[in-house]
Amino acid sequence: MRMTNRRRTMAVWMILTVLLLVLVTAAGWHFREAASLTDFSRKNLAPCPAYPFGTDFMGRDMFLRTLAGLSSSIRLGVITAAVSAVIAFFMGLAAAVLGRTADAVIGGLIDLIMGIPHILLLILISYACGKGFWGVTIGISLTHWTSLARLIRGEVLQLKESTYVKIASRLGHGKLKTAFAHMTPHLLPQFVTGLVLMFPHAILHEASVTFLGFGLPPEEPAVGIILSASMKCLVMGKWCQALFPGLLLAGAVLLFHFLGQGLLLLWDPENAHR
Amino acid sequence: MENAKWIGMQLLRMAVLLAAVTVTVFVLLSLSPIDPLTTNVGQTALGSMSGEQVERLKEYWGVGTPAAARFLGWARDFLRGDMGISLLYRRPVAQVIGERFFNSVWLMIWAWLLSGFMGFGLGILAGRKRGGTADRLVTGYCLLTASTPAFWIAMVLLMIFAVWLKWLPIGLAVPIGTAADEVGLGDRIYHMILPALALSLTGISSVALHTREKLAAVMESDYVLFARARGESERSILVRHGLKNIALPAMTLQFASVSEIFGGSVLVEQVFSYPGLGQAAVTAGLGSDVPLLMGITVITAAVVFGGNTAANILYGLIDPRMRKGRKKG
Repeated sequence: MRMTNRRRTMAVWMILTVLLLVLVTAAGWHFREAASLTDFSRKNLAPCPAYPFGTDFMGRDMFLRTLAGLSSSIRLGVITAAVSAVIAFFMGLAAAVLGRTADAVIGGLIDLIMGIPHILLLILISYACGKGFWGVTIGISLTHWTSLARLIRGEVLQLKESTYVKIASRLGHGKLKTAFAHMTPHLLPQFVTGLVLMFPHAILHEASVTFLGFGLPPEEPAVGIILSASMKCLVMGKWCQALFPGLLLAGAVLLFHFLGQGLLLLWDPENAHR
Repeated sequence: MENAKWIGMQLLRMAVLLAAVTVTVFVLLSLSPIDPLTTNVGQTALGSMSGEQVERLKEYWGVGTPAAARFLGWARDFLRGDMGISLLYRRPVAQVIGERFFNSVWLMIWAWLLSGFMGFGLGILAGRKRGGTADRLVTGYCLLTASTPAFWIAMVLLMIFAVWLKWLPIGLAVPIGTAADEVGLGDRIYHMILPALALSLTGISSVALHTREKLAAVMESDYVLFARARGESERSILVRHGLKNIALPAMTLQFASVSEIFGGSVLVEQVFSYPGLGQAAVTAGLGSDVPLLMGITVITAAVVFGGNTAANILYGLIDPRMRKGRKKG
């Protein structure tokens, strides 16, 4: 038998997870036309083999709609988490490297953002951008960087005390050169893990803001829209339109959690021996 | 007095942050391209009105006045204790907020206490033995709730307990069709159970995971090993060495979670049509009611900053090491 270890098994599982997520995203993108197709000859169907999640009051296939919604959630999550993580990286770096004033300003900005409840701030930013796709995207991108920025700032402050960074500055490297040439490679694992662990938050907040009516427009197939529409028929005992989309969303988020934890396990030297 | 000075600084910091919040929120609100007239009056109604009527409506919704002038006017009134008139409810903002706050605050206090104690308890249960059955169950639960949207958990609870089992009401804070003075405390509590439960179920995970991490680190430390070698019972180790080390950070975290609880309450109140502050914020946002939205944001920011400042002060007062570190820094 070939020797396997946990690291390798973990890596294989993670690759499979990424493939699954890519597949869901692609499938949702492919079916986005079919998801909005209305057909009044098949409205309000209960789940059956042809329509696993049933159809809604306009005869739209709920399974395809959920799939398309998941796909848009994942795409939006990837964009916003990436933008947010880049902001976090530069903010954290700037706070730690550019001196006390920059640190105070960025620290104040972080406190300000964290002081307004997340959902409320998202509502406000989305409102400022005129709601819709850009409202959510800008809102989530601008609000999710704070904790990662703090983490990176702390890490850089530690790095500043390390010998190799001190030697670099003695050798005449400027602050920015030291930051990018010597610190950035060291920060990358933290950055990527932080980025992946940001997806769940981004996706859940997108769904929440859309659910409240400040996000994607109502005709769009989005999980938040589907769930908010299902609220209306929930009291009549039609639970399947609320249950399945939520479960699938939770599943997608769990997969991202798994990826993030896996990266931590593979990259963090303290856990690497397991 | 070192302590008094430090507390004073904390309060000053809070005031500055609050002022910054009001400016930020106002800038955000005035940036919006959304026209309050079209959202609230409607395009067709506007078209059929005379120019004079439209002008009066524009004045009512503050369209056309420069943002800076509006902000200064608002700030001056606010400092005098007047938060303006809600454009949607046509009542003073302070009155609307007061009413909503009363509804929300009970919900949030219950959820806050419940999630705090349950989270702490579950965290202890899990952290006693890393990798044990209890640990797996608790971390699994936490991961699951952290991966599901708060409003969906509320919807599932609604499906199970209100629609299917019919044990609890499906929404609102009081029974339908009862006069306000006939509503008893029992009715209010009865309507609060599900929202509070939904809110606390999601709030547990951060405290629980944090407590678990800390306690597990303590239980694997050298001094606990030594205590075991001395023959101390597990129970006494947990109480003497474990709890002392984890109680403070858990408390700070719980105070800092006020913001999250509020965020969750916005969603949960929407699901249960619970007439609280969060629902008012959503209504105000959808209907471009700027004075009400400003008022709600400022009040909640004050509560959140209050929570954080209380946590900082408490931490400093209780833990002598924090004070020492501060003097040096």
